[in-house]
Amino acid sequence: MSSVNRETPPHGGRAGMKKDLPERFRDYRHVWVFIELERGEVHPVSFELLGEGRKLADKLGVELAGVVLGPTGEASWQAVAQAFAYGADLAYIVESPLLVDYRNEPFTKAMTDLVNSYKPEILLLGATMRGRDLAGSVATTLLTGLTADCTQLDVDPDGSLAATRPTFGGSLLCTIYTLNCRPQMATVRPRVMPLPQREEKPVGRVIQYKLSMLEDEIVTKVLAFLPDTQSVKANLAFADVVVAGGLGLGGAENLQVVTKLARTLGAEYGCSRPLVQKGWMPAERQIGQTGKTIRPKLYIAAGISGAIQHRVGVESADLIVAVNTDPNAPIFDFAHIGITTDAIRFLPALTEAFTRRLSPHSRDKLAS
Amino acid sequence: MHIIVCIKQVPDSAQIRVHPVTNTIMRQGVPTIINPYDLFALEAALSLRDIVGGEVTVLTMGPPMAEDALRKALTYGADRAVLLTDRFFAGSDTLATSFALSQAICKIAEAFGPPDMVFTGKQTIDGDTAQVGPGIAKRLGLLQLTYVAKIASLNLDAHEITVERRAEGGMQMLKTKFPCLITMLEGTNEIRRGSLDDALRAARSQIVKWSAADAGIEDLSKCGLRGSPTVVKRVFAPASRAVKAVQIDTADKLLRDLADELIAAIFARRPALEHELAFEGA
Ligand SMILES: Cc1cc2nc3c(=O)[nH]c(=O)nc-3n(C[C@H](O)[C@H](O)[C@H](O)COP(=O)(O)OP(=O)(O)OC[C@H]3O[C@@H](n4cnc5c(N)ncnc54)[C@H](O)[C@@H]3O)c2cc1C
Ligand SMILES: Nc1ncnc2c1ncn2[C@@H]1O[C@H](COP(=O)(O)O)[C@@H](O)[C@H]1O
Repeated sequence: MSSVNRETPPHGGRAGMKKDLPERFRDYRHVWVFIELERGEVHPVSFELLGEGRKLADKLGVELAGVVLGPTGEASWQAVAQAFAYGADLAYIVESPLLVDYRNEPFTKAMTDLVNSYKPEILLLGATMRGRDLAGSVATTLLTGLTADCTQLDVDPDGSLAATRPTFGGSLLCTIYTLNCRPQMATVRPRVMPLPQREEKPVGRVIQYKLSMLEDEIVTKVLAFLPDTQSVKANLAFADVVVAGGLGLGGAENLQVVTKLARTLGAEYGCSRPLVQKGWMPAERQIGQTGKTIRPKLYIAAGISGAIQHRVGVESADLIVAVNTDPNAPIFDFAHIGITTDAIRFLPALTEAFTRRLSPHSRDKLAS
Repeated sequence: MHIIVCIKQVPDSAQIRVHPVTNTIMRQGVPTIINPYDLFALEAALSLRDIVGGEVTVLTMGPPMAEDALRKALTYGADRAVLLTDRFFAGSDTLATSFALSQAICKIAEAFGPPDMVFTGKQTIDGDTAQVGPGIAKRLGLLQLTYVAKIASLNLDAHEITVERRAEGGMQMLKTKFPCLITMLEGTNEIRRGSLDDALRAARSQIVKWSAADAGIEDLSKCGLRGSPTVVKRVFAPASRAVKAVQIDTADKLLRDLADELIAAIFARRPALEHELAFEGA
């Protein structure tokens, strides 16, 4: 998905024709999910993908496998156990001291060797920095297709992976197929798919695989890892209530109507992309396809038009409230409650009203 | 040192409009810009050149009008610009794009000297995959450093480079050898203004224009639509929710009353929120 004129769909005839699949790919089966393990922790996007992968595998009548590439020992086996708990039937594990920190060379080698040996038909990775770094190398090595940042995955009746993502410019989505190549690869951003139910399961099958690489063959060395200090990043994606502002707020000086409401509600605040581009808010506050995906209980959008790239980042909110002066703004197509009014004037009134309504309650709570 | 920077000309996204009836993108008259992420790559390359000497070649694959983006890059101080343009490239996905660009890089190496480094942006704002950089690296057999926040040091004799790379949950300090491919993280620097000299030079410069054949690409089946394993099967507008947003009637109301009404509507739908909010707000 990267060139000049990809929005024009080619003549339908070429698409999704599994019968044209070359002989050597016919025995590619099963759905794989890359389990991202770093510093002893599995990235939650891996669990979200297992949930999605489970659905695809069930539709195809195949198995779901988690792929753990990690250091020798405990942490990697923990990740395997977690993969089972989130729905995997089996797990591939490559344990090696070379896989302690993420580096492109050994991870690409491990993944491509595994794919060539065990032949999955679908390979899903999180669209994290690590997942994207790896996916690009693996897809190019295997000369197969890769659809980045999908927001929906499905299998169509002939068994092909239908990967849907927003397309450039305007409020459109496109569904992309990988023809004549296997595996079909896709990346999905964190929080786009729901976290599946965790179920302690008796262990599944485990296939151990040996990395055929030596440290001497790896040019890139990790000299140090400097962990981030507590940042807003995680908070926004996992917040229960989010208030966000868009270009409709007119200027940086008006952003305080958003931050004040957020503070009153104990909420996180965010923004649409143009505000980041203008330098009004830092990039980690951006919500949407190229920013954070959020799944709050309540989302209040002020002065945001609701372009598709914004919509895909907020659609899973339980309740969406939109404040916009334009009654025809696209955001009202997917918001639950709309209010056609000037956000700059309305938000302070809303902040006050919430304060009035909530403060007696909170006093009761404190007293009891 | 010879550095190649891959840049892409993209429509200025903020100004893209969708036709309200046909749901197609209205391209006419939409201004184009250099993909904003690529400017961080370009500046990183120019600064490196300014320190250690050498040349910066900018490369783009695109329609003939992409020449404008290259000329702009020359005004910032790039030394040479190459435009890879051919109708055979139309419809390229990431795999086909990285093929064409890697072939062009080989040709640049032949014509103007092998690169010590290739830079790309983190991602484009239209394709937006962040995969073309890793794709080029793999095809050329270059080591890849993605999401680089800072080039910490360079050892020219040992061909060693140390960078700070953004990773999940922290910063990795990585040391590797060049030639390598670097994708620069956004916000790491700001593109320079460009000198008057550069502007004059850019206006006079000949931009190198290569067709697929000129770039030495023999196997056209690896290019464009034919070389793209992925196809766009369907383009569609997202469904509206079954019911559109319930609008709070604003006619002749005080803001204060409107706000109370909205809050009542929120809690009517999500009663549990009232307690959670009260608790958090305390
Ligand atoms: C590849 C790509 C990725 C993208 N990724 C993202 C992303 O991750 N996140 C994102 O948000 N966008 C993203 N975008 C941009 C997206 O397409 C839109 O351009 C953007 O979301 C629009 O932001 P906005 O709604 O704030 O501004 P506008 O579209 O300009 O909307 C402003 C709205 O405010 C309303 N308004 C004006 N005045 C007032 C007022 N006083 N009170 C209330 N309302 C008012 C207007 O009616 C209008 O609806 C992406 C675009 C591309 C091409
Ligand atoms: N057509 C192109 N011409 C030159 N460089 C490109 C092209 N497409 C992508 N790139 C480079 O690859 C990076 C990642 O692009 P993408 O994978 O589309 O997000 C961009 O920031 C550019 O540096």
